[in-house]
Amino acid sequence: MSYFLEARNIAKAYGGSGLFHKKETVALEAISMVIKENPASIIGIAGESGSGKTTLARLLMGFIHPTQGQVLYRGKDLKHITRREKMTFRKEVQAVFQDPFGAYNPFYKIDHALYTPLKKLQIVNSKAKARQMIEEAMEAIGLNPDETLGRFPQELSGGQRQRVMVARAFLLKPRLILADEPVSMVDASLRATILQSLRKLNKEFGISILYISHDLTTTYQISDHIVVLYRGTVAEIGDIDHVIKDPKHPYSQLLVESIPRPDPAKRWSHHLTAFRSHESDRISRGCKFAADCPRVIPNLCPASPPPLYQIQRQRAVRCFLYKDAHEISNEEMSKVLDP
Amino acid sequence: MDILQIRNLRVYYQTLQGTLKAVDRVTFGLKTGERFGLVGESGSGKSTLAFAIMRLTKPPAYVAGGEVLLNGIDLIKMDAVQLRTHRLAQIALVPQGAMDSLNPVLRVKEQIVDGIVDHATGREQKKNLAYRVYELLEKVGLQKEVANMYPHELSGGMKQRVCLAIAISLNPKIIIADEPTSALDVVVQRQIMLALGEMQKSLGLSILLVGHDMGLMAQFADRIGVMYAGKLMEIGPIEKVFKNPLHPYTQLLISCPPTLEERGEFKGIPGLPPLISDPPPGCVFHPRCPITKDTCSLEAPEMIESEPGRWVACLQHDRVSQ
Repeated sequence: MSYFLEARNIAKAYGGSGLFHKKETVALEAISMVIKENPASIIGIAGESGSGKTTLARLLMGFIHPTQGQVLYRGKDLKHITRREKMTFRKEVQAVFQDPFGAYNPFYKIDHALYTPLKKLQIVNSKAKARQMIEEAMEAIGLNPDETLGRFPQELSGGQRQRVMVARAFLLKPRLILADEPVSMVDASLRATILQSLRKLNKEFGISILYISHDLTTTYQISDHIVVLYRGTVAEIGDIDHVIKDPKHPYSQLLVESIPRPDPAKRWSHHLTAFRSHESDRISRGCKFAADCPRVIPNLCPASPPPLYQIQRQRAVRCFLYKDAHEISNEEMSKVLDP
Repeated sequence: MDILQIRNLRVYYQTLQGTLKAVDRVTFGLKTGERFGLVGESGSGKSTLAFAIMRLTKPPAYVAGGEVLLNGIDLIKMDAVQLRTHRLAQIALVPQGAMDSLNPVLRVKEQIVDGIVDHATGREQKKNLAYRVYELLEKVGLQKEVANMYPHELSGGMKQRVCLAIAISLNPKIIIADEPTSALDVVVQRQIMLALGEMQKSLGLSILLVGHDMGLMAQFADRIGVMYAGKLMEIGPIEKVFKNPLHPYTQLLISCPPTLEERGEFKGIPGLPPLISDPPPGCVFHPRCPITKDTCSLEAPEMIESEPGRWVACLQHDRVSQ
């Protein structure tokens, strides 16, 4: 059986060949995951900058190809699909990016951003039909077409612009929307509307969503599952409630603990091991978090990379602290969220 | 005692569309040794205010009126020579995205020394500069070796620490930090804020933290001021404001961001912030306010002290908690 989209033990390294980049930078490694059409779920990808979040998104969208492993779209390697299949893929997988200001051409009205994909992917043949589809999509997102269409992007707020981007993604009736930091440039009071519209697309229209963000609170609010990335590897994967309420990997624990809670009575503890996040740690052979880990096992963690341990039915952690649990291979990672 | 007093400060932008009141009659004081958080959404005028305090306002913006009193001396009226000896030496600014302001072709030590040489008043301060650089780096939790590095060799958090080292290089009494951690990851953010907090305690600094994140304010500030569309809406001690906000806008700011405590419906503040080129009549918040009454569109509320130490600008403030 083939899934809608599947990453099979993929890795991506940059550089490593050529005159100037002799050293390889591994941006992402040993990732397996599946995205199913049915049931449509929301998977959150969390991690700090440099953890490989965006590399993962670009791999899944076929913008770049993995240096190891495969990305399969309906069972076919994304690298070798035909033009026609690519066209369907581009329609079925849509993206919403971080910057709602850079996504528009300021010389065109926002309508242009909505008509163009319909035209390019040859979905409609008349302008009236296109207009009708656009209006339907906007209403589904909760935007008033009369107030929004015909305006220039600079006349709309950041929140509105981002919702138009969500409407544009929805317009093509995709099966998957990749949302890469969709709310990080939008004011707090306006974020809710964007998250709400994404949730609605998932629940009412059965669209799967990959929500990529460094912000754990919004990820928690919207996702069903979470993948915590740390410097290119999966630190922890599992059901969102379990991971956030009771993180098991020391890095996820640090991450959850460091969220500034809006409550003056619950302030950060001052106890914080020197967190270096420094280039030189990357070459360590063992666990990438070993140098910063408060619970490091001296002779084990820095020496060899930990495998994934399945600690619960839908939960796996890449950490030697759980070495008594069942060890799973990188390929089996995708089964954790889909038992 | 207030070390810094801002009185009726008005900063306007002169544009073709008319005059924009980016900061409109703002009054508050920063106490000695306190951490004051100034919170507001984008466009609320918080960064404009921070720049005006440093006298860094550039056209088309201008200070239309008011006073910024540092120990009783008005910064707005100072001449260039006086200003030079006050900036950095008395009051320092860590601007938004400060880490990107480091010069890519100069070593860290040169950039730290640059500010000292330019703003120091006494000869004493210009002695032993190399030693001074090491001392400063140590204070912000960086190793000596960083002094000889270039900005591209440092991570975001380290660059931000260098900016903090520059800010404290002449032992100022006040630091204005404008979104000092906005581009950093949560763990690094926590480290920087803890480092800033420790410096504040050990050096007896007063800090004005400008930002949009209520979570960060709750973690760091002693008192908080809430800005909306160029006006201050509420001032009060952090615990009291979070427990019992007096202004409906503050209440929504606290209750609407998603939390880790419960998953549920997303709450936002309905409507959009007003255009400061065309502010609504009366209270600027009334079009989005859940408890607005007819009078709110007629009369702009004045800041009143509703209980000792707590100020609010709302005609309906006695109805907020209900």
